[in-house]
Amino acid sequence: MITTLEEKPHIPAAPRKRKVPGWAVAMLGVAGAIALLSITSMQTGFPQLTSSGTTQTAVRLALPILLAGLGGLWAERAGVVNIGLEGMMIMGTWGAAWAGYQWGPWAALVAAVVFGSLGGLLHAVATVTFGVNHIVSGVAINLLGAGLTKYLSTLIFLPLSSNPRQSPPVQSFDTFSAAGLGDWLGELEAGQLLFISDVAGILRGLVTGVSPLTMIAILLLPLSYFLLWRTRFGLRLRSVGENPHAADSLGVKVYFHKYVAVIVSGGLAGLGGAALVLNPGQLSYLEGQTGGRGYIGLAAMIFGNWRPGGLLGGAALFGYADGLQLRSGGETVLALVYGVVLLLGVIVVWQLIRRKWFSAAAAIFVAVLMYLLYISLDEIPSEFVSYAPHMVTLAVLAVASQRLRMPAADGLVYRRG
Amino acid sequence: MGHLRGKLLPPALAIVFSLLLCGVALIISGANPLSAFGAMVSQVGKGTTAVDILNSTGIYYIAALAVAIGFQMNLFNIGVEGQYRVAAVVAAVVGGSIALPTGIHTLVIIIAAAVAGAAWAAIPAILKVTRGVNEVISTIMMNGLAIGLSAYLIRRDVFGELRGNNIRTAEIPESGWMPGISFAGGGTVFGFIFVAIALGVGYWIMMNKTRFGFELRASGESSTAASAGGVNAKKMILVSMLLSGAIAGLISLPELLGRDHTFSLNFTAGIGFSGIAIALLGRNHPGGIAFGALLWAFLDKSGLALDNVGVPREIVTIMQGSIVLSVVVAYEVVRRFELASEQRRVGRELGTVGGAA
Repeated sequence: MITTLEEKPHIPAAPRKRKVPGWAVAMLGVAGAIALLSITSMQTGFPQLTSSGTTQTAVRLALPILLAGLGGLWAERAGVVNIGLEGMMIMGTWGAAWAGYQWGPWAALVAAVVFGSLGGLLHAVATVTFGVNHIVSGVAINLLGAGLTKYLSTLIFLPLSSNPRQSPPVQSFDTFSAAGLGDWLGELEAGQLLFISDVAGILRGLVTGVSPLTMIAILLLPLSYFLLWRTRFGLRLRSVGENPHAADSLGVKVYFHKYVAVIVSGGLAGLGGAALVLNPGQLSYLEGQTGGRGYIGLAAMIFGNWRPGGLLGGAALFGYADGLQLRSGGETVLALVYGVVLLLGVIVVWQLIRRKWFSAAAAIFVAVLMYLLYISLDEIPSEFVSYAPHMVTLAVLAVASQRLRMPAADGLVYRRG
Repeated sequence: MGHLRGKLLPPALAIVFSLLLCGVALIISGANPLSAFGAMVSQVGKGTTAVDILNSTGIYYIAALAVAIGFQMNLFNIGVEGQYRVAAVVAAVVGGSIALPTGIHTLVIIIAAAVAGAAWAAIPAILKVTRGVNEVISTIMMNGLAIGLSAYLIRRDVFGELRGNNIRTAEIPESGWMPGISFAGGGTVFGFIFVAIALGVGYWIMMNKTRFGFELRASGESSTAASAGGVNAKKMILVSMLLSGAIAGLISLPELLGRDHTFSLNFTAGIGFSGIAIALLGRNHPGGIAFGALLWAFLDKSGLALDNVGVPREIVTIMQGSIVLSVVVAYEVVRRFELASEQRRVGRELGTVGGAA
């Protein structure tokens, strides 16, 4: 009896009413990010931060991350943790190269999806039907994917390219650009006007050299959102990820939805692999080409709190940091640190207004650290820039892991009965 | 008897299944699986292969032990890969930059490696204990960072030096080496192999004879029951993760102390992930892990013979991957089967009791 007295009744907090719709918040976020970049590029004297070239490279590098992250989103929304994204992506790169050099880029896409889905199917059989731990199965699929592609490359690509680690060149997509718009934006970009030139540069990067694959990837994001959050099928799929037993009691086919989700997940990861192979700078399969991008996709999804919008933000951020380093080196990336200091300054003001003294003090502390880093270094060593996503993810997890909310039954083995 | 069968049957099934699978793959690709497997077996007797297998077994054994400590309490240390990479660079840099008497020098390098591995594992451990961050994600991220850090540390303006086409750290002086047992023409067995064996014995004693090992296993079986029994869950996570990282730090030492004496671009990567597979295959048991490590090493080293019979040796990697996947499936199937037969047995006995009353 005493224990029941001591227990405080748990009252769930009433959901806060949103004053502004989600898309408006997103627009504000994008505008804020561009403003921040524009001020940073003016203060540090690096116009490359918002140049069209950087944006174009960033988009190209963000695509595989975005697609892998979408794959992770599908699987985890159905309650299956997919560490095997990396392996499925590797299988996708091989499939894309194998079909691509024979029948062109569209066949490459199809083959990549098929190969990736096969990986997904394997993961589904192991985790859903046999109830194997999701992490264990994922690690095994990563080993298997790497081994299988190495074997197949030696068998099939070696006689053609006389290199067991590379495929023959693949045909690329024809890219198209909005010519008139691009030129006009180019004039604006060259004008060096604060904010306007920056917006023009980014927009020009977005409308120049667009390949069909870019379009498909960008369209897959709202499509996934629509399917998962706006249809009956999506509701059922997500209910399987939140509480499979309850879903089962309501007649939802748990195994079926998990299977579909994981196979789609593999297909998307495979498509991400195709995005690497069909990258204009490369245009062939290379061993070790994925370089852990499957994991970064997973990180982007966690960064985005298991939501498509946040995932897009994460993929854009990671792609941007990578693209910036590739286009203009470690000095420009150091300028981003300056941008982070500015951002922290805004956060400090915001926290002071909300009278959150502790958060404000913590933000000031980090800001001072970052500023010291900025003035003491000449450039960020290139070895570290490629791993910026890893650092950002760790930082986000450390700061916000209490606020992130993954599907309730994510990673748990479900058995009907 | 049935107990033993339940333990040995799944790995045997998994190996047979993987052999069949790879056999079919070989037939499809137009090779003769029997001659391929035959070439692998006969390779053991040739040149230094037998010694290479032994050396490789020791390395895999350490890796799998590191993973197994985490597994014992359902902690997925995917970060063994990064921990041993960082430890290897740190050990090579420390070893190459100090001068100490023989023996003490080696010991300092070993301690440096263990501390570096533990330190790299401490970050995800602290994040998990204080902020509740899932260790799988954080260790994956730490693996990426480890590659970046090691590449940075061997830059020529940091600790690296250019030797031929290879960038490497300064060579460890001979006082820091660990002598091995040399077979004329048959290769040299790394001295560190004996450390690996000692680690296995220590692991067995720790798990079965100490309070810490008991609490570790109890936390793995049921964390709620363990904490009700007074086990401090956070402390267990922290200690087991640090221990796992420290052992992971030793993975590269057999090669570093016994052969390479430097960290270079030729660094053997991927042993951490193999360690995960081997720990699964051996079910975290020191004997089982030894068997798994031996199998892995055999496949690795004998696979070199496949090139001679015109089969890509990467078939071995497929075999390893399919062994892991099928062994975990087999363990699960056997577990379910035993559970079902147990339920049937209990049901039967209850039924007879009910009928007699």
